[in-house]
Amino acid sequence: MDFDLTPEEEAFRAEVVAFLDENLPVKSMADWTRKVRDKRWVGFSWPREVGGGGGSLMQQAILKAEMAKRRAPALGTCFMGLAWVGPALIEYGTDAQKQRFIPDILDSKLQWCTGYSEPDVGSDLAALQCRGERDGDHYVVNGQKIWTSLAPIAQWMILLVRTAPIDRGNKHAGITCLLVDMKSPGLEVRPIENMAGGYLFAEVFFNNVRVPVEQRLGAEGEGWSVTVSALANERSSISEVEALMRRLDELEELARSQRKHGRPVLEDAAVRRRIAHFATVIEGMRLNGLRLLTKQLKGEPLTSETSINKLHRAALEVEMADFALTLQGPAGVYVKGAEPAVASGKWQQGALGWPDTVIGGGTPNIQKNIIAERILGLPKD
Amino acid sequence: MNFGFTEEQELLADQARRFVNERCSMKEVRGWIATDPGFSRECLGQMAELGWAGLLIPEAHGGSGLGWVEATIVLEATGAALLPGPLASTLVSGALIAEYGGEACKERQLTGLATAARLGTLALFEDDASLEASGVSLRATPQGEGYRLQGHKSHVHDAAAADVFVVAARTDAGLVLGLVEHGAEGLAVQEHAGIDRTKRLGSLNFEGVQLSDDAILARGNAAEAAYERALDLAALCASAEMVGAAAAVHQLTVGYAKERLQFGKPIGQYQGVKHPLAEMHVDIETARSLLYYAAWLAGGEPAALSRSVSMAKAYISDAFARIGIDAIQLHGAIGYTAEYDAQLYLKRSKFARPAFGDSDFHYERVARLRGL
Repeated sequence: MDFDLTPEEEAFRAEVVAFLDENLPVKSMADWTRKVRDKRWVGFSWPREVGGGGGSLMQQAILKAEMAKRRAPALGTCFMGLAWVGPALIEYGTDAQKQRFIPDILDSKLQWCTGYSEPDVGSDLAALQCRGERDGDHYVVNGQKIWTSLAPIAQWMILLVRTAPIDRGNKHAGITCLLVDMKSPGLEVRPIENMAGGYLFAEVFFNNVRVPVEQRLGAEGEGWSVTVSALANERSSISEVEALMRRLDELEELARSQRKHGRPVLEDAAVRRRIAHFATVIEGMRLNGLRLLTKQLKGEPLTSETSINKLHRAALEVEMADFALTLQGPAGVYVKGAEPAVASGKWQQGALGWPDTVIGGGTPNIQKNIIAERILGLPKD
Repeated sequence: MNFGFTEEQELLADQARRFVNERCSMKEVRGWIATDPGFSRECLGQMAELGWAGLLIPEAHGGSGLGWVEATIVLEATGAALLPGPLASTLVSGALIAEYGGEACKERQLTGLATAARLGTLALFEDDASLEASGVSLRATPQGEGYRLQGHKSHVHDAAAADVFVVAARTDAGLVLGLVEHGAEGLAVQEHAGIDRTKRLGSLNFEGVQLSDDAILARGNAAEAAYERALDLAALCASAEMVGAAAAVHQLTVGYAKERLQFGKPIGQYQGVKHPLAEMHVDIETARSLLYYAAWLAGGEPAALSRSVSMAKAYISDAFARIGIDAIQLHGAIGYTAEYDAQLYLKRSKFARPAFGDSDFHYERVARLRGL
């Protein structure tokens, strides 16, 4: 075991720190986005040939950790493009597709959304029914997607359709991945209001939407592999851990300021222990992440063990925001804009906003299935 | 950056697992705990030959001069087997003597501990259940160059087996930490029946017991620091054994869930069974991460260790308690029988939870170290 950085890694860290010291707090988002793009930190892990930074795993870890420590804004704003679409394009895209789509993702010019879930298909994604029928040099798409995050503001969608009838023995076959212009005729987006009052997810309807064959990503029928490779791109959760650490600092700040039943809440041993418990789980996540990073550095692929930190994170997202409300006592009911609201109602927003992260990337129950079946070897449902 | 074992450590882990599989089967363990002293001297001797009893003792004193990561590796394996006997107690005592003892003291104690010819343990706590140094009230009155001890110690692991006790006592000038030999005049050792027969414990009564000058490890502020260090190292060892035991009973339960058929399917196919098994896995792996990091820190600055050890012990104490109970429930009636091994792990979870601090104690310590 050795937690020290090599001189080269230390030099990279110093470079990161110097840049962040100079540019934080940001003057404007446009300025920040341009500067980090010039530094090739957007798509930092992507190959330099496609315009990425060619950063090593260790450099990525250092960069993420230092940025999160200083609460730096994200590297680029094309969130889904950077998270899923770019990595899938790099692995499965044609040269023409790479040239057409990757620069705009790196330059934060647009938003992508992911057309996966359907009204009858959520966790059981491979059972999807939205159809794509070949017609000359186009696919004609008919069907519906739902819970499509960012659809109301996205210009492009990475879409999964069924190009062959479902084979119950092998549901993963016959799925094809298409890149769809959201302005395509026949495509309609109907935003859905979430419980926090936001409108960032939507229903998307396809009525004879024509998608050129050159916008197919990967081979016909291999859409499942394309998707899985993109999903597997989620790594050792370093930025999530750092973000949770900052959240815990804020929770402590809140706890220091609150009184309940006439006494400071921090005099309550149960409150102190709960905060220590959160700190411990977050530290456990950090160390789990370092164990995974060590595996990656040794060239071993990460598989289902990333589900461990996903489960911790899901629990913490829900529990920390909920706990913050209990610290506020009767004032825990006031929301943003109300005069008695504590901390401008930010914890109330958190207490209603967690499904974004907790349900978004696969529900906790699905993560438990993954661990039980793929790691423990228990029989599939 | 490398949060993994070295090749030598992997080999040690492998050797430790093989040793306990071959030499400490549950059948053997059940045999040992039905007798006194409750463990096998022979087995302990074999482990000493492999260098494990003297793992933390410098080579100059007959030990193998390895570190806490190695100690953790061995204790995880012996914990998985529910190995009875004072291996952990002897490891911690030896390490404390090596760190704090004077030359004469080390000369006298360490070789015996390294070969397990002699066994050691900690006698820190008393009846008021405080685990802090401030709770020590065993009276140390100056006598010649040393002290005369009057009072009581409780919850002493391996009390009957130990040849030497690391004792915390209070003088007018503060805390003192020193060594008392089994058989010292005025010392009475009494064993008490505990919930887990693989772990023995007892109490000590001091009626004017001599603590000689050359048996003193630390006094005053240094003794306060040594007391914290002793608590940290003992909690680290306890956590290592708990992680091993929790992983073993988890494995036992996963195996059962694959084989036991109900309604025509293995019960492990039902989410009511597979989800708790997945949760156990999450807890065990996270406890492992916390444990290994604490073990790594144990070789460095003492002050950096407390937070990490407390996190590990708090986390695994709660997790193992739950795992012990869930393992029985997931087995159903067979888990309730004396014949089946799951119950031995449940008992270990109840024994180990308060040992060197439960989660209440350690989470409070984490809160304090965060400045709350």
